[in-house]
Amino acid sequence: MNAAPNKKANGKAETLLSVEAVSLSFGGVKAIRDVSFDIKKGEIRAIIGPNGAGKTSMLNVINGFYHPQEGTITYKGKTRNQMRPHVAASQGIARTFQNVALFKGMTTLDNIMSGRALRMKCNIFWQMLYYGPAKKEELEHREFVEKIIDFLEIQHIRRIPVGKLPYGLQKRVELGRALAMEPDLLLLDEPMAGMNLEEKEDMCRFVVDVSEQYGTTIALIEHDMGVVMDLADRVVVLDYGRKIADGTPKQVQNNQDVIDAYLGVSHD
Amino acid sequence: MLYRESGLFKTSYAADQVIFPIPQDRWGILAILAIAFVGVPLIMDDYWANAVFIPFLIYSLAALGLNILTGYCGQLSLGTGGFLAVGGYSSYKLMTSFPELDMLLVLGGAGATTALVGLLFGLPCLRIKGFYLVVATLAAQFFIIWLFYKVPWFYNYNATGQISVVPREALGFLVTTQRADPVVRYLFVLSIVVVFALAAKNMVRGRFGRMWMAIRDMDIAAELIGIRPYMMKLTAFAVSSFYIGVAGALIFAVWLGAAESGETYGIDESFLVLFMIIVGGLGSVLGSFLGAAFIVLMPIGLKNLLVDGFGMTAVLAKHIEITAFGVLIIFFLIVEPHGLARLWQIIKEKLRLWPYPH
Repeated sequence: MNAAPNKKANGKAETLLSVEAVSLSFGGVKAIRDVSFDIKKGEIRAIIGPNGAGKTSMLNVINGFYHPQEGTITYKGKTRNQMRPHVAASQGIARTFQNVALFKGMTTLDNIMSGRALRMKCNIFWQMLYYGPAKKEELEHREFVEKIIDFLEIQHIRRIPVGKLPYGLQKRVELGRALAMEPDLLLLDEPMAGMNLEEKEDMCRFVVDVSEQYGTTIALIEHDMGVVMDLADRVVVLDYGRKIADGTPKQVQNNQDVIDAYLGVSHD
Repeated sequence: MLYRESGLFKTSYAADQVIFPIPQDRWGILAILAIAFVGVPLIMDDYWANAVFIPFLIYSLAALGLNILTGYCGQLSLGTGGFLAVGGYSSYKLMTSFPELDMLLVLGGAGATTALVGLLFGLPCLRIKGFYLVVATLAAQFFIIWLFYKVPWFYNYNATGQISVVPREALGFLVTTQRADPVVRYLFVLSIVVVFALAAKNMVRGRFGRMWMAIRDMDIAAELIGIRPYMMKLTAFAVSSFYIGVAGALIFAVWLGAAESGETYGIDESFLVLFMIIVGGLGSVLGSFLGAAFIVLMPIGLKNLLVDGFGMTAVLAKHIEITAFGVLIIFFLIVEPHGLARLWQIIKEKLRLWPYPH
């Protein structure tokens, strides 16, 4: 059993991922400057900061979509300068996007099934027959996916193309697709953005449940401070690409730099 | 009233994943297959075989192939004519080099050769997308046609520059040349198309179909869940080219009996097959058949109506046919981009609730 959601971040848990002195720039724009932090196994780690602080860029670096110019990423004990997206995926890093990135022409079921892509191995000739190993594999994974569908309470939209779904449900399907990968590290980019209160509460519940039931390590970006303070075990704060604070929600809340960043105090 | 799902209780995922979950659909498809395999051969003669059924079936196969690449994987291609030509010419080379070879093996070999050529011309898809890929496939079209025209080895140094079919058997039945019984030729093509259509349906509803559609809908997200876009685009090119290659071989060997690269497999063919999947429905197996039926049968129907019915001259009828063609394609692009298959789906959805739509 995992501890309660607001468990104290303890020093004993092993580090799943650590980012060392990472810098990322696009031409002259420095998106991330010399940022280091770590994510411990089983915790919920929030990344917050004002707009343009480099939060999404940080996630993109972690799952290999951007390649930082400097710094290293250590994941599961292996140190690299950069990740590659499919390597990150095959080693158990899944993510959702700020603007939903679902496969719009496919049904909810197919979208979540596609999250199992890496775990399905059957070759194309068995696929053509849809018999023997192909059918067996398909049914096994269908069963797993149905568990996720039950978990996220989206049974009723199983057969609907996701392009037709309302935004809140799309976000939920996207979480489902990420969960179908059985990730060790789940990156959530503003999972509650644009939702109403009820949808937000649902989503919070799912995030907590994922952490508790599956023991998944979660890194999330979120603007709703109430959500962050409730969910996160530890928070890292970025501003203008720099790390300005790191600690428990309480410590961060009282940090003068953080208050200044959010209130927009000038930097000179 | 007659067509509905209520009262159907599925108790396993296997039952939920069959191709036709509704019994009426299952009976319908069985009836169609029974008519195709038993009813149609009763009226079959050379005219029906050569003008209607065989071209319809062969173009369905080609449309199915292009639909895998364009409709499911989202890679637009104008090289279909060229790939049909590879199928036709490789079947000719196989038939003349290995006279003992069964026609089924010849078709397999022609498909495999085309798949390799398709892979080769699919290579640029790593770097380029959309319009630029269209231009690359257009280059394939022109290059392949030119190659078969320029290099006499491909047509066995014939003085005419044409390839003509030689008598060959499939499982002991003569299926090529005009000496073959039209019923046998029709059944041969029909069996192949049914098998390929079933295989296509199985692929697109399974793991590969999902990965292709993922690439089509959002390649970045697909990459981040571990799908390798390059691999999937290349498999789509290979599978699609295999289908088109078999169709090309059938056009040459079973339907026309003779072929000349630029005449038989020109750029017109590429557009024709593309129109079929646009009218029929992108990303639909059924749509490939509907589109092929529409585009093969409409000119025949119009001609019969206008020339024989209204006594118009053949030239005028031809012009009206071309105009109608253009209008219909524009109509479908604007009104229903998912084509006839989508219309059929809408009818079925309405029918499920009829006569109590609320």
